[in-house]
Amino acid sequence: MAEVPEHLLRRSQERRKALGLPSDGDDAPAEPAAQPGAPGADAGADAPADVEAPEAAAAEDSGTPVTESVGGVPAHLLERSRKRKAAAAGGAAAEVGGGGTATATKAKAPAMTAGAPSGSGPGGHTQRLLTVVKAGSIQQTKAEAQDKVHTWPHLLAIEFASVMILLALVTIFSALVKAPLLGLADINQTPNPSKAPWYFLGLQELLTMFHPMVAGVTIPGIALGLLAVAPYVDKNPSNKPNDRKFAISMFTIFLMFWAILVIIGSFFRGEGFNFVFPWNNHVFFEL
Amino acid sequence: MAKGNGNGNGSDQGAGIGTKVSERATKVWDDTRGSQAWNSIFRPGSIYRKGYTDSPRNRSYVIMNNVLFHLHPVKVKRHAVKVSYTLCLGGLSFFLFILLTVTGIFLMFFYRPTAQEAWQTVENLETAVAFGSLVRNMHRWAAHLMVLSVFLHMSRVFYHGAYKSPREFNWVIGVILLTLTLLLSFTGYLLPWDQLALWAVTVGTNMMGYTPVLGNQVKYALLGSKEIGTDTLLRWYVLHVLMLPFVIVIFMAVHFWRVRKDGGISGPL
Repeated sequence: MAEVPEHLLRRSQERRKALGLPSDGDDAPAEPAAQPGAPGADAGADAPADVEAPEAAAAEDSGTPVTESVGGVPAHLLERSRKRKAAAAGGAAAEVGGGGTATATKAKAPAMTAGAPSGSGPGGHTQRLLTVVKAGSIQQTKAEAQDKVHTWPHLLAIEFASVMILLALVTIFSALVKAPLLGLADINQTPNPSKAPWYFLGLQELLTMFHPMVAGVTIPGIALGLLAVAPYVDKNPSNKPNDRKFAISMFTIFLMFWAILVIIGSFFRGEGFNFVFPWNNHVFFEL
Repeated sequence: MAKGNGNGNGSDQGAGIGTKVSERATKVWDDTRGSQAWNSIFRPGSIYRKGYTDSPRNRSYVIMNNVLFHLHPVKVKRHAVKVSYTLCLGGLSFFLFILLTVTGIFLMFFYRPTAQEAWQTVENLETAVAFGSLVRNMHRWAAHLMVLSVFLHMSRVFYHGAYKSPREFNWVIGVILLTLTLLLSFTGYLLPWDQLALWAVTVGTNMMGYTPVLGNQVKYALLGSKEIGTDTLLRWYVLHVLMLPFVIVIFMAVHFWRVRKDGGISGPL
C-alpha cells in the first residue's frame, strides 16, 4: 500500500457510507497502482484506466503460454512476463503493474476486447476529481518567434561604451568649467534679477503673467497630472508615428511650451525680470 | 666532456626551476579556483569557475550568473540594442544617478549643513581639498545633465509610444521619477549657501507658498522656520542626501523591474 494518511481513509469511508456506496477497506483515494500483496481482484480497479486495462487483459492471458509477439513486444518477453505472473500467487494483476512493463506497454487493442474492468469506483468512475483549474488562472503565453541577440556582448558592450564616454565627457567638462560659487548668502542683499534653477524658470516666467497660485502651483500640477494620465487618455494602440499624429503634435506642443518659457526665462530676462535681448545686455543666467 | 655535462646540467636545472615555479603557480591557481571560498563567491556555471570561451551557452551564463540578471534578460530584441532607438537615455540617467551618489558621498565628508559654516566648507572644498573642486564640478554638471537626460528619456518614450499597454503604469512611475529628480536637484541647489542658492530657493519656496488652502503650511514645512535659514539648510540637506535618494531608489527598482516584466523595451516602430 502506498502511504495514505489514516484520516483520508476514514473520510473516504464516511463519504462512501453517506452516498450509500459499498465501502471496502482497500479503497484509498487516488491510489496510483496496486502493489504486490494487495487483494488481486480489487487492486486493478483503483488504478487509472489505461494502466489497468492491459493488466486485466494480461491477467486473462496468463493461463496460456505466449508464442507470438503481440503489438511489437517480442514473444520471449511476453512469455517471461506470463511465467512471472503465474509465479506470483494471488497478486497476478498487481505483479504485472509492478514488474512486467512489457505487458503494460502492449497495444490497447487487447485491452478493449477484455471489456470493462471488474471493479469500478463509485458511479463507474475510475478517476477522481481533485480540483478544477479555471482557464483564466493559467498564464497565457503567446510565444512568437522574435529576432533576439545575446545581452552579452551586444547590449552590455554598448552600455559600457556609452557609460565610459559620458563619464569622460563629464570629467573633462568638470575639469574645464567651474561650478558657480557666488558670495556668501545674504538675506539683506537681493540680487537683481533673482532667478530659480533653470528647470523652474518656465514657472518663474509664468509668474509674470499669472497669479502665483496659478503659475506656481496650478499649472505645474496640471502639467504633471496630464503627463501621468497620458497613457490612460491615449487609447490608440498603435505606436506608428503615422497613426499618432494628434498625440505627437500635442506632446510636441507641450514640450515646446516649456522649452520656450525656460529659454525666455533664462536668457531674455534681465534686471527686474524685465524682457531683454541677450545680445544687447549681459546674460543673467547661472547654472 | 665534463665541462659540457656541467653546462648541460646547469641549463637543465634552470629549466627545472622555471617549470617548478610555473607548476606551483598553476597549482596555487587551481587550488584557489577549487576552494570553497571561490566557489561560494561565484555561482555554478559562472565564467569565473569554468572559464569563458565564446559560445551561445557561455554568453547566456555571463548574464545568468551575474547580478546584472536583475536588469537584463539573457537575450534582448535585436532592435533594442540599436543606439539610435533609445539613445541610451534611460541607462545613462541611471548611470548619472550612480555618479552623483559617488561624488555626493565624497562631498559629504567635507560639508557642514549650517548657515554659519556651509559656504565656508564649500569654499575650503574648492581650494584646500585634493580633487575637491573637480568632484564638486562633476556633481554639479552631472546633476544638470541628469535633469536633462531624464527629461529627454521621457520624450523619447513618448515619441515611440512606449507608454502604451502594458507599460502604462511604468510611465506613471517614470513621471514620479522625473518629479523626484527635479526635487533632488532643487534641494541640492540650496546647499552651497551662496547668493545664487539662497535666492533661487527663495523664489521657489515663495511660489510653493501660494499652494491653495495649505500655502503657509507648505512653506513652513519647506523652510522649517518662518524664513530661510539654518533650519531650512538642515532640512534640505537631509532631503537631498538621504530621503529623496532613498525614495528614488525604490521607484527606480520598480521602474526597472517593470521594464523587464512588461517585455523589455517597446517594439520597433
